[in-house]
Amino acid sequence: MAHAPVVVDVAASPPLEALGAPPPPLVLEHPHTSTGLDSRKLLMWAFLASDCMFFGMLIATYMVYKNRSLDGPLPRETFDVPYTSVSAFVLLLSSLTMVLALAAIQHGHERRMRVWLSATALLGCVFLGGQFYEFTTFYKDGLTLSRNLFGSTFFTLTGFHGTHVFIGVFWLLSLVAQSVRGRLHQEHSLWVEIAGLYWHFVDIVWILIFTLVYLIPD
Amino acid sequence: MSTEHHVAHDAGGHELEHAHPGPRTYTIIGVILAVITLIEVWAYNQAFLRPALVPILLSLSAVKFATVVGFYMHLRFDNPLFLAVFGFGLAVAGSVITAFMFLFGQYPQPPHG
Repeated sequence: MAHAPVVVDVAASPPLEALGAPPPPLVLEHPHTSTGLDSRKLLMWAFLASDCMFFGMLIATYMVYKNRSLDGPLPRETFDVPYTSVSAFVLLLSSLTMVLALAAIQHGHERRMRVWLSATALLGCVFLGGQFYEFTTFYKDGLTLSRNLFGSTFFTLTGFHGTHVFIGVFWLLSLVAQSVRGRLHQEHSLWVEIAGLYWHFVDIVWILIFTLVYLIPD
Repeated sequence: MSTEHHVAHDAGGHELEHAHPGPRTYTIIGVILAVITLIEVWAYNQAFLRPALVPILLSLSAVKFATVVGFYMHLRFDNPLFLAVFGFGLAVAGSVITAFMFLFGQYPQPPHG
């Protein structure tokens, strides 16, 4: 069912109590800013923009050095695309559970939010486990960080992405813990939204890595 | 001197300029994203698509990227300033990748002379 909030122009409206009407559910969660926007959310978007540049550099480096390794193992003989496809599905699914957690807290369903946040963290752990297995397999096949240009750029790029996922899992679990302690309610849904922005960013970076690194042939 | 600007929120503390989609819409988008990923993997395994594989994969990836950013990250519904901030970072990243590819010869070079 669509969420239908009440729009109130705070500056122009006379006090509703004076008209005999009950006050609407109005929460001024953040202090007034020159942009009229919550600075925490704007800060998160600025951070994500800077992270875009960070991953942009890593991806550019990988692409430049892609076919310049003098000896193997090379991407074509290393990657297991069906296996990585499952990891991509897992991360996409975690984005869905994350946004469902946000929808739940925005509607005041705290227990449901905890379930979806926990599911998101679990899917993140599954992704990390898959990445650990993949790295271990590559290592056994002779591909290490210092083996060749492909190994150096691949492990740096996907390793930093995995680190982002790990931080995201920790963040999500801390939100679940806050909620269990009764410190995360509907009026604090912005915290879930900001964590969600970070998590979705991790997902879109993987969308690019999956295509540029794994699917596009040498 | 800053102008006082009140922003009305619902009980969840969210600005009310545009309401976010509901769980049903999110789920439909999730299914669409999964289908696009399936198409990507299918295209990867088709020999007859090899000549056009790169543009196909890049297009599908761009659609997935825009869908997640637009709907799950709510850039389609939120204040345009968020889009401007994120778009700037994205444009810089894209420019760096493109410039590096040209500089280091991953794209065909124009003939000399």
